[in-house]
Order: sequence, then structure tokens, then C-alpha cells
Amino acid sequence: MHMLHDQACIVGVGETPYCRAPGSGVTDLNLMLRASLAAVADSGLELSDIDGLMTPIFGASGDELAANLGIENLRYAAQVNMGGASPVSSLQSALMAVYTGVANNVLIPIGWNGYSGMRARDVSEAAAVASPMGPTVQDYYLPFGCNAPPQFYSLMARRHMHEYDTSPETLGAIAVASRKHAQLNENAVMRGRPLSMQDYLDSPWISEPYRLLDCCLETDGAAAVVVSSPDRAKSLAAKTGHQPVYISGVAEGHPYPADDITNRPNIFTVGLTHAAPKAYEMAGLGPEDADFAEIYDCFTFEVLQQLEEAGFCKRGEGAAFVRDGAIELGGRLPVNTHGGLMSEAHVIGMNHIVEATRQLRHEAGARQVENARVGVVTGWGDLGDGSLAVLTRK
Amino acid sequence: MTDTASAESGYYLPLPRLRGLTAQWYDWIKQHDLRFQRCDHCERWRHVPREVCPGCGSVDWAWQRSSGKGRIYSWTTIYRSLHPDFQDTPYAAVVVELEEGPRVMTWIVDRGPDDLEIDMPVEVVYDDVTPEVTLAKFRARA
Repeated sequence: MHMLHDQACIVGVGETPYCRAPGSGVTDLNLMLRASLAAVADSGLELSDIDGLMTPIFGASGDELAANLGIENLRYAAQVNMGGASPVSSLQSALMAVYTGVANNVLIPIGWNGYSGMRARDVSEAAAVASPMGPTVQDYYLPFGCNAPPQFYSLMARRHMHEYDTSPETLGAIAVASRKHAQLNENAVMRGRPLSMQDYLDSPWISEPYRLLDCCLETDGAAAVVVSSPDRAKSLAAKTGHQPVYISGVAEGHPYPADDITNRPNIFTVGLTHAAPKAYEMAGLGPEDADFAEIYDCFTFEVLQQLEEAGFCKRGEGAAFVRDGAIELGGRLPVNTHGGLMSEAHVIGMNHIVEATRQLRHEAGARQVENARVGVVTGWGDLGDGSLAVLTRK
Repeated sequence: MTDTASAESGYYLPLPRLRGLTAQWYDWIKQHDLRFQRCDHCERWRHVPREVCPGCGSVDWAWQRSSGKGRIYSWTTIYRSLHPDFQDTPYAAVVVELEEGPRVMTWIVDRGPDDLEIDMPVEVVYDDVTPEVTLAKFRARA
């Protein structure tokens, strides 16, 4: 068995309320602090026990977070710069830190005012200046008005539609399932706003083949988790009553070339293609063992693509996999049981880890997957960075 | 769309930063000559420009002339611009695969977004958008 298998647990989760208008009314830093306080309280640890910090990719520095939280003995601070793949990849880094004894209790916060602050469209504009996507986008794509994620990923979606006859209704099924699940989640921004396939098909084009309802939300909010050792998780469980959630397998992967989505030998081979088999091998489990999956859903097609690349079905067979409610609660593989980025909130995928933890603790209320023991969480970022974690309950 | 973009004065769309290998690539295009790097050792073509051949690790390469002919690999039609300068919508950002293998982001000058098809044959045309920069665009070919 892999030396890191089951060597750390998620012991605490925390979220702020998620909202759009009028906005959170506080700073990104404040949001992340509140999520962090909630996660540490949930774990049963004291703030002084936190000695490791995975610093967020934007919104606040590690120094600011540690200063506010009174973390006097920070022994390990590191950043994983993989966009929306960062939270799941950070589980890997936290696991390594805990296993090696570099840190005992690692806090991973992330969050932003994605609605009231710099909205996604502004980030894309800023990207044109600061170029976090890299010089390839700026010097080779931007002159042709291709500068933002829905545009980059639409190129893959259209190619998939061409090669595999993927239909708009296939993408619509993903949007509809997320929205259905959000109706069972009190913190979901789209609770109370159900969505039909016709609503989906009637929504306006953003970047064809993406419609408005192929896109994730712009929201304000933050989420955080705490990772600790299995022994500590067991003693904390006696105090908190929360079942330890094991990081049984986790891996990150990068597409080649990472900075240019157009010149990949196969445009569907992304970071997750490499990460998924590694994570399953480490877990000693496969996609067929998953009771549910929380798939990074920046856009509908990315869910389809990740279901394929994570091995839930073969490449090109995603349409058959998501048909007939198979990814809804009660179906073969419930996907994004909280509503995801598309119907709960865009918390850069940390909300997927929080939801998976709640499912495995059997604390998911009306949307609980019965007797859930194995959950898969993915992250997706930048031009196709990927990560996958297999989380389990013993 | 190219008419607006090619207006002699006041070209307002974002331009590449001309530095390093990027400056060299665009300088060939300014001479109406589409070229890509080809490895001297393993003869692999590459784009976007890289210092080292990703295939064999050789640092020896030359700018080799492309036929300028290719096919549409994929595209997206942008209705909701995510950049303040690109408000003339809809427009299609198109990926063309050249005969030699490299793929480039571009525009198709003689077809609207609704008249594009994957694998459609296209050939390069040169749009001198400013005195400093020419963009390689494409048009349909038989």
C-alpha cells in the first residue's frame, strides 16, 4: 500500500453563508477568517493547535491569515498555485506535511467576494494585464479576443461534440442535476429556483457552445477545512462526534503543455487524466467504488470531461453516463450533491470538499447519500490543471 | 470584423508583447511569412515558441516556412465578451491546425461564425493591424 494511504484525515469543515446581491459586506480576508474559525471550531481543536497553513491563491496572504487567527507557531506555510484545482491539491500537501510531522494540524482556507468584489469577468480583464494564465494567453490568444475560461473550455466542448456527438441536452442534464440538489441545501444560492431542461436550452449564449446556464455562479463566500493525523482525528471524534474522514488517495496532475490549450496532442488529455489513476492506486479503490462524486463544475462540459477522465466512464461515453438522472441523488452516481459551483456557490471547489466530508460523516441532511462510505472529489483549474481525492469513512 | 480591426488609425484591440521568441514569430508574420520553429535534431515542429525541443531536448532549431494551409480544429463563438475591447459581438475565436502540425488561435476573415465547420480547409492571410504588428488570419480555401 502507498505510504501516504489513510495517513491524514479531514477533521474540521467550515463555511460562511453564500450570497450574491447585495454581497457579503466584508473583505475577502474577513470571509476566509470566518470560514477558518468555523472549521477549527468544528474540528474540536484550538486555534493555537494550528501549525500548518495552505495559503489561498488570492484574497489574503498567509501572514495576514495567521496574524488574525493568532497562530503563533506556524511551522509550515505553502501555496499550491493550480487555480480551482488548488483546494484538492492542497489536501495532498497537507497530507504530506502531517505524515512527515512537519505540521500537526493544517488549515486550508479559500474564498472571495466573487459577486460583489472583482467578478469573474473582471478577473478575466485583469488576466489580460497581469496574465496569471501566462504569456501564451496574452500574446497568442488575447489578440483574437480569447481571454477567459468559458472561451478556452468551449474549444474543448465543441471538439467533444464533434468527435462524440455530445448533445446540448447532455450538458443540460448536468446543470439540471446541480440545481435539483441545490433545492435540498439551505446554503445554496439557487435554492428555491428550480431549473428545467427547457430553461437551460432557452438561456442565452455566452461563448457557444456554452450558454449562460452552462456557467458557474458568481458568489461571495469562503470555506475552509482542517487536516490532521488519524490518531488525532480519532481522539477529536470522541469529543466532537464527527466521524473522521480519511484522505485515502489524492493526486494532482498537469496537462501538457499546461500553458497552451490549443497545442496538446490530444485536447481531452488534461491534468486529471494523469492524477486520477494515481489517486485510485493510492486509495486501493476505483471509480466503481464511489458512492458519490463532487466534480469541479466551472462549466457543464468540464463535469462531463472529468467524469470521463476520472474513469467513471470511457472517454466519449459521458453522454450515456449522465442520462436519465444517473447523476442525481438516487441515481447510479450522485454528482455535486450540494449544488456545486453552478447552483450552491463558487468557492473555488472548497465547497466540494466540505460537502464530501459532510456526506461521509452522514451529516448531509435531506441530501444524504445513504450509507456513503467512499467519495471522490475533483479540482480543475487554469487551462486544465487537475486533482482528485478519494475520501473514505471507516 | 476584420474591417474594424484593420482600420488604419486607432486600432484598439490588444496586441502581443513583442519580446523574445514571441517578437521573432510576429516579425516573420509582419513580413507576411508564417513560420514555426522546427527542431534541427528530430525535425519536430512546435508552437507556441519554446527554447528547447519538447520532443528530444535539442536547443538547435530554425524558423521554417509553413505552407499556410490548414483546417479548422475547433472554435467558440463569443456572444458575451469578457474583455472591454471586444464588444463587436458575436465573433469566433478559431483554432486552426496547420499542415505541419502546429495549431494557432486566429480569426476567419471571410466567414461568419455560423458558417464555420470543423475540418474546413483554410489558408493564411495577413492583416497589418498596426505599423508594428501583423496578425495571421485565415480564409476559406477550396
